[in-house]
Amino acid sequence: MRALQQHKGIVAPMDRSNVDTDMIIPKQFLKSIKRTGFGPNLFDELRYLDEGKPDQDCANRPLNPDFLLNQPRYRNASVLLARRNFGCGSSREHAPWALDDFGFRVIIAPSFADIFYNNCFKNGLLPIVLSEEVVEKLFQETYANEGYQLDVDLEAKRVTTPSGESFDFEVDDFRRHCLLNGLDDIGVTLEDAEQIRAYEEQRRETAPWLFNAGR
Amino acid sequence: MAGKTLYDKLWDDHLVKQRDDGSALIYIDRHLLHEVTSPQAFEGLRLAGRKPWRIDANIATPDHNVPTTDRERGVEGIVDPVSRIQVETLDRNCDEFGILEFKIKDQRQGIVHVIGPEQGATLPGMSIVCGDSHTSTHGAFGCLAHGIGTSEVEHVLATQCLVQQKMKNMLVKVDGKLGAGVTGKDVVLAIIGKIGTAGGTGYAIEFGGEAIHDLSMEARMTICNMAIEAGARVGMVSVDDTTIDYVRGRPFAPSEEQWDAAVEYWRTLHSDADAVFDKVVELDGSEIQPQVSWGTSPEMVVGVEGNVPDPDREEDPIKREGIVRALKYMGLQPNMKISDIKLDRVFIGSCTNSRIEDLREAAKVVKGRKVSPTLKQAMVVPGSGLVKAQAEQEGLDKIFIEAGLEWRDPGCSMCLAMNADKLGQGEHCASTSNRNFEGRQGFGGRTHLVSPAMAAAAAINGHFVDVRDMMN
Repeated sequence: MRALQQHKGIVAPMDRSNVDTDMIIPKQFLKSIKRTGFGPNLFDELRYLDEGKPDQDCANRPLNPDFLLNQPRYRNASVLLARRNFGCGSSREHAPWALDDFGFRVIIAPSFADIFYNNCFKNGLLPIVLSEEVVEKLFQETYANEGYQLDVDLEAKRVTTPSGESFDFEVDDFRRHCLLNGLDDIGVTLEDAEQIRAYEEQRRETAPWLFNAGR
Repeated sequence: MAGKTLYDKLWDDHLVKQRDDGSALIYIDRHLLHEVTSPQAFEGLRLAGRKPWRIDANIATPDHNVPTTDRERGVEGIVDPVSRIQVETLDRNCDEFGILEFKIKDQRQGIVHVIGPEQGATLPGMSIVCGDSHTSTHGAFGCLAHGIGTSEVEHVLATQCLVQQKMKNMLVKVDGKLGAGVTGKDVVLAIIGKIGTAGGTGYAIEFGGEAIHDLSMEARMTICNMAIEAGARVGMVSVDDTTIDYVRGRPFAPSEEQWDAAVEYWRTLHSDADAVFDKVVELDGSEIQPQVSWGTSPEMVVGVEGNVPDPDREEDPIKREGIVRALKYMGLQPNMKISDIKLDRVFIGSCTNSRIEDLREAAKVVKGRKVSPTLKQAMVVPGSGLVKAQAEQEGLDKIFIEAGLEWRDPGCSMCLAMNADKLGQGEHCASTSNRNFEGRQGFGGRTHLVSPAMAAAAAINGHFVDVRDMMN
């Protein structure tokens, strides 16, 4: 997994609450058996005026000029600023894959849906929770200043604005450690293989029905 | 010391290792797989040269992409080549790794959250995961069950464990008796309407109270299924006689020799009387009406006697903006009556409402009646091949067909429209599924979430009606 220690990038303001994973990447693109290539279809139904199809060249599709990622000032954004309950809905990891493939590295919102939040960390994306008030302030500053950038420091757990104002955020130690070091957490878990086996053996004795094959 | 909640007990029973950093290794008893969220996980295993840790913990079936007609042709009958490749990839991965799969032509094939309980592969006290957010369904059996992403699918395949942080405990208590015509679907929609689509974020929800324990397993599954629509990955109901009776005799259930010990353990799967919840929400079951969603989030729901809301009366600016946006997308006017919403299609199916009891309730409403000629389509999609066979044995298929509904083959179908079943732009659908997000059932489609009985009543009338007025 790609590590993330620090990131500085242009902010794109996604000004609506409850952005769901169907919105982030619509279902027709979930038919892919790959992990990559979802970027052109990120927010497909908001971004284009026509109905997107898998394996289509998006270069000639009609763009929705009102959508933020079609506006030149946000086209190279890598920090997504969002409202409450971002990423609700399905468990599809295609949502973080699409955000990552587009070029986002950090997502800031007052709250995230649990599964989406977790999926981000598995893909080198950092979701940051800041208070409703701070997020509102960042929205206003983003709108007011073209090219507005935020500086994110995962080691220090801090977001800093261009004026030098900074906001601390919380992230649990295990996820932070994995992301800072780009660790494959399967490898970390397998270091405990013996303990897993011991647990399994004990369960096989006390609850053998959990290991039944079908009849 | 305070007693334990059901979630605390399930957590403790599956704890392999508590790490110093607050994370924990949790053992997974059952892993369900389908074609959409598994291919990249199998590929990851192969690239890392890893093998599945415990092959017999896994059960797979294709459900999201399968067509609901022409099934005798098997995989060949999947017209969309991209969908076909995904189903073939699941078949190939399961064959290569030796994983039990109910393939497209197997009568046991169906929606993954229908077949687990049906096979007894979902047992009380298990930890169950699947790369699908509606895995919370299995919590109806007193299981620790939740959806995971594809990286975690790979993690479970490789290690039989997940790295987890413990959630907080919430009790949603529904007391009183439900009125006639009010179902599990109405209960869960009412709960989501009350606590909101993020109300359960960070919590494991236990659904309790008289109204919940009066319900069948099918209805409890409907309720736990939609816990995720309230933001909670985990929804649960404690074990009682209804649970144990449902499990008895199913293919993966405990054998005769194992049965008594299993039941003795299962009887402990409830929250202790002195357990402390971080949050308690109470509803009076007798006050719940049949529910209809009007917007683009499952929290945007109202009783059938109600009206579409007026954004001008909402004080929270973010919520107001959400209502305005939803009404625009849905093509609805503020304050209009729910019963004035005209429909184009009706969909009865999905992991929320495609079990035998759901089909019985819908059939009861349409029996001897005809689907409104103003509808373009009304379809019934059973949750599995076995549900379909059972329904046909009871003659439900004939009731549906005579009333003018289409009787299809099992799969996820129009719940998320990955197969050929979808809404056209601007079409309104009364749907027994779980999500009314923009575009969910088709590009520009407009979903209204309802119970099977309410969907059936809407099919007959071409618009929403109170199903209670059609009873008797």
